[in-house]
Amino acid sequence: MSNENVVEIEHYKQQFGKSVVLENINLSVKKGEILGLLGPSGSGKTTLIKAIVGMNEATEGSVFVLQTKMPSLSAVPKIGYMAQSDALYEDLNAYDNILFFASLYGMKGKVAKKRADEVLELVLLKSDGKKLIKNFSGGMKRRLSLAIALVHKPEILILDEPTVGIDPVLRNEFWKEFERLRKEGVTIIITTHVMDEAEHCDRLALIRNGGIIAIGTPQELKENSGESTVEGAFLYYGKETEVNSI
Amino acid sequence: MRVLSIAKRLIKQLIGDKRSIALMFVAPVFVMYLLSTILTSATITPNLNVISAPDAYVNKLQSYANVTKVDSEEIALKNLKDKSIDAYIVFTGNKPKITLEGADPSITSLVMNTMNKISLNSALQKPEINFLHGSIDMGAFDSMAPILMGFFIFFFVFLIAGIAFLRERISGTLERILATPLKRWEIVLGYFLGFGMFVSFQTIILQVFSIYVLNVPMAGSFGAVLVINLVLAGGSLALGTLLSAFARNEFQLFQFIPIVIVPQMMFSGIFDLRNAPAWARILSKIFPMTYGAEALRDIMLRGKSLIDVKYDLMMLIGYALLFLILNTLALKKYRKA
Repeated sequence: MSNENVVEIEHYKQQFGKSVVLENINLSVKKGEILGLLGPSGSGKTTLIKAIVGMNEATEGSVFVLQTKMPSLSAVPKIGYMAQSDALYEDLNAYDNILFFASLYGMKGKVAKKRADEVLELVLLKSDGKKLIKNFSGGMKRRLSLAIALVHKPEILILDEPTVGIDPVLRNEFWKEFERLRKEGVTIIITTHVMDEAEHCDRLALIRNGGIIAIGTPQELKENSGESTVEGAFLYYGKETEVNSI
Repeated sequence: MRVLSIAKRLIKQLIGDKRSIALMFVAPVFVMYLLSTILTSATITPNLNVISAPDAYVNKLQSYANVTKVDSEEIALKNLKDKSIDAYIVFTGNKPKITLEGADPSITSLVMNTMNKISLNSALQKPEINFLHGSIDMGAFDSMAPILMGFFIFFFVFLIAGIAFLRERISGTLERILATPLKRWEIVLGYFLGFGMFVSFQTIILQVFSIYVLNVPMAGSFGAVLVINLVLAGGSLALGTLLSAFARNEFQLFQFIPIVIVPQMMFSGIFDLRNAPAWARILSKIFPMTYGAEALRDIMLRGKSLIDVKYDLMMLIGYALLFLILNTLALKKYRKA
């Protein structure tokens, strides 16, 4: 396994009870790239993400993050995770939410406070720091969730549909931030089903029917399928696997 | 220290939630007060009607009951039916005949006791009565108060802790904090400490109220009672968070109350189990509340010390530890490592 790869997934299979969600997944993610996981809802994107974060254990195969076999607690401090739903404490203010998560990563005192200010500023919530989350709008909650994922300066950022339910202006801001992080060497794995977001990714993995049906740069996927958009490519590969499975 | 971070966050959240605090602090005190009012104000003297009784008999009866002379049995029967009296006594010849209302066993036994007192007095000698513990003045509430106090602590702590942990689960924050380096036992212990602080306040308030305002008998030391109550609350806290792992919403959590909480109340010693079937007595040994109730009664009524109740104390601590460990294991559902 190359040291360059921060995430290395081999023959990964995930089964819950009798239902197989994902099977024979092979995927490696290089340092400093943005990998997009694209697929219809229910295709297993979140399951795959949870395996990388260490919340699921592979039924078969292996998941390595920074050369550590998951699930393991030792790689977790280097991972920033933004869940699909906003997991925030509604009866605390934004600042206290960030400080709480910072303390779980062992940050405290002035260091934690300074970092909380930084990430709040980053997601443009500085003036709302003292507001209780129950008074936050949906977009503000998404922004705060991102701030929390960034608080401990992770090497790998795993974002599960970070831009669902937020307006195009804010989505644009998010992507500017992701690209800035990539320049700093942060690896980003992102799930989405917004096709124009997919264009921003360095590489895309198309997930369907429990497997990765295609992987490559957006350009490659479009060229190989002869389509002019990622959406077209996605539909093309989808049809192809159906034909194969018949 | 991540355990303290969790505890601190819980305290911050609870302080912002005035209603839950009110429930925690006011509700047990309120319920305890209601029970003391109901149980101590039970009628002590029965109301009787007598028909054609000798004056000597009526005089004697008057020192134990409220006695009214009526002219005929019909009038007495009517009084009995509309419940203005508890029984009436008719003399046919020299023998008294008593008719009771009979639907309420506590009133029946009250009347029967009164009748016994009269016949005892007329007997040869009045026995001298001594008590090993307690006194003749000790009422139903006094003897039950230690158990009730322990039970309400157990019940309210179970509710609040169960709901709080459930909320963490439903809102997705539990899953989210398990994606951080937080260890499973740190969450369990953090909850235990954070809530432990409120629970301690709640326990102290209820205990002070019971002992100094309601004047329940207190033969032992305040500190010993507090230790038992706190350990009992700890067990309940751990049980509440553990059971919330098996509930998908608040409604499902409440379904545990009749299964887990109510039987504990019934088997904890409020009712005498000596004549109960063997399985019921064995069942009572499974419930932590049984040990808490036994220890509280021993200390408060019989003046025993913590060393005397060490067996009960150890069982309670054992249960609390068991629930904490099980809870740590139950969290594996959310993160495998």
